[in-house]
Amino acid sequence: MTGTILFTIACLVVLGLLFSVVLYFVAQKFKVEEDPRIEIVESIMPGANCGGCGHAGCHAFAEAVVKAPSVEGFFCPVGGNATMAKVAAALGQEAVEKEPMVAVVRCNGSFGNRAKTNQYDGYASCKVMSALYTGDTACKYGCLGLGDCVSACKFGAIKVNPEKGIAEVDENKCTSCGACVKACPKGVIEIRPKGKNGRRVCVSCVNKDKGAVTRKACSVGCIGCGKCAKACPFEAITVENNVAYIDFTKCKSCRKCVAECPTGAINAVNFPTPLPPKPAPAATPAPAPQNETENK
Amino acid sequence: MKRTFRIGGVHPNDNKISKNAAIEVFPAVETAYISMAQHLGAPANPVVAVGDKVKVGQVIGEPNGFISGYVHSSVSGTVKAVEPRADIAGNPVMNVVIAVEGDEWCEEIDRSTDIVRECSLTCEEILARIKNCGVVGMGGASFPTHVKLNPPKDKKAVALILNGTECEPYITSDDRIMRERPVEILIGAEIMKKVLGVDKCYVGIEENKPEAIASMSAAAEKFDGIEVVVLKKKYPQGGEKQLIDAIMHRQVPSGALPIDVGAVVQNVATSLAVYEAVQKNKPVIDNSVTVSGHCMASQHNYLVRVGTPISKILEVAGGLPENAAKVVSGGPMMGKAVVNLEAATVKANGSFLIMTAEETVRKRESNCIRCGKCADACPMGLEPYLLNKLARVGGLYDELEKERIFDCIECGCCLYTCPSNIPLLDLIRINKAEVMKIMRSRPKK
Repeated sequence: MTGTILFTIACLVVLGLLFSVVLYFVAQKFKVEEDPRIEIVESIMPGANCGGCGHAGCHAFAEAVVKAPSVEGFFCPVGGNATMAKVAAALGQEAVEKEPMVAVVRCNGSFGNRAKTNQYDGYASCKVMSALYTGDTACKYGCLGLGDCVSACKFGAIKVNPEKGIAEVDENKCTSCGACVKACPKGVIEIRPKGKNGRRVCVSCVNKDKGAVTRKACSVGCIGCGKCAKACPFEAITVENNVAYIDFTKCKSCRKCVAECPTGAINAVNFPTPLPPKPAPAATPAPAPQNETENK
Repeated sequence: MKRTFRIGGVHPNDNKISKNAAIEVFPAVETAYISMAQHLGAPANPVVAVGDKVKVGQVIGEPNGFISGYVHSSVSGTVKAVEPRADIAGNPVMNVVIAVEGDEWCEEIDRSTDIVRECSLTCEEILARIKNCGVVGMGGASFPTHVKLNPPKDKKAVALILNGTECEPYITSDDRIMRERPVEILIGAEIMKKVLGVDKCYVGIEENKPEAIASMSAAAEKFDGIEVVVLKKKYPQGGEKQLIDAIMHRQVPSGALPIDVGAVVQNVATSLAVYEAVQKNKPVIDNSVTVSGHCMASQHNYLVRVGTPISKILEVAGGLPENAAKVVSGGPMMGKAVVNLEAATVKANGSFLIMTAEETVRKRESNCIRCGKCADACPMGLEPYLLNKLARVGGLYDELEKERIFDCIECGCCLYTCPSNIPLLDLIRINKAEVMKIMRSRPKK
């Protein structure tokens, strides 16, 4: 009995040794030379494999960075500047500081602002809904609120607010990887700079309809009146297809446009002080229709 | 032995409650909204301007490409606007808005009710008439008929099939025209037979329309080579490929067209439109529409002019009842919910159904129990549970293509039969569109 066991063990040990020798030579023969720096860079990466950088995953990103002549043009949106500084140091280069970005939902059409015109009873997916028809409100451009972006986000940074029916971004969790931008069939979400101390100004509307149509559909829609473009001292605002857009490379967050907007479509976030009071005639029509709809 | 197609299918309650309502001529409207996208393919280009006077039958839109069609004014009056308006799904489509004044028709249209059987035109002249009169597939797909009747030279048709199955529940507009105008439909078929150069024409009618079978059979006795085929009642028998299988026992291979097995399928309403276009020179300006629903006080079949607002039709049909929750354009299986009641009818609208909340409510979805009912019901031999599963993962387009998602005809049998109420078709539909986009973008061999 013991003899059989010992014989078996001895056989397996001899076989193991034999194979290890064979495997050693095979491994030597077919060795793939990989730059050791790739492993170092990959260990610095956050490992989310989100694809937000434009590469297939963290390993692919590390490979591309090591092969490229400089880290310029590479950016990991998840790790941000800190990770990029470490990557650059590992490669013996200087990192280029990049402004932190955040996903912005450019729609403010909450239940109070944008009344439902019909009831959607289909499969709960924005993609399915928008393939069937224009949506359950009179606005055919805004957030549908069924959460395709929520399931696309790997960081739990985007939620559909049940009280408002529109998607909201948690800017502390958002890594600006852009997965939500790709998931949104309406193209409502945009990646914009977080701004100094998180302070930024954005037009929260993408409705391309004419002013009167937009106004009927939503009380906080952009009617394309162009007042903001005239008020902007930096020429950062353009009105195209009846909707205003703020070019973030030119915007200095002065908030002149916010004061000027008759519908309240332009949003300023994270500013500590309230907006300076604006000139009387333009100020009065803004809040009135908003409250009216909310009361309904 | 009554025939039917061999693979899959379901048996929904047919609810043909409007079958005894004769076709009434719909009263004139004050304003007509005529869409430029009444056919599959590129929308027509409007050729009238604001302020122009138009007559009934006058061309107001010209085709914009090979797969496109003419659009005619269905009313006489003054063009009020040429502007994009929301269609039934809310999407903007170019419309010609006409303020109706009187009912003045173009002189070349023969408005008499005499039946003209003699046709001395050549095939080219017939095709030109069909094209110029804007005839499209009236069964719902609205494919331009002149394109379908002009198959590639290397493919030869052996039979024409007239589709009078009307397998969708509720709809009775085709049933009514088969009962009321059988001879005209068959003259249309005779004309199409001549164009295609075929000797045989089958008229497929489901067994739940005995009156239509009787009237069409009686009329067919006076015609050579036209045979009425009585089919078992099964949905989706009106699908082209299913109907060819049921009548000719030929299966259209995956990715092929009906003409590859020698068949051309046309709806009975299209045949009637062909008759009117060729023999009476009358463009498609009206079509029969069923307005039905268990909650409606009365059921109707109307002859409606193209461009009549849906709200107006519902008003004349007795108004929307209190408990109405949904208006569906088309049948309950494949129809689309009407989001915008101010949208106007188009050539291929066959019915408007009014449903209550109880009839339309979606039941709560539960887990797939792998019973395989969907695969049994699929008339294209697909595995809907698998397609749905792959679609939910997202991005698996190669696998979906291997599973032949592009063969899906979106009939809804899988969803109808699922005991777990899984919305199978919703995800399959958008993934099918995605896969077909990828397939089209590939370079052709």
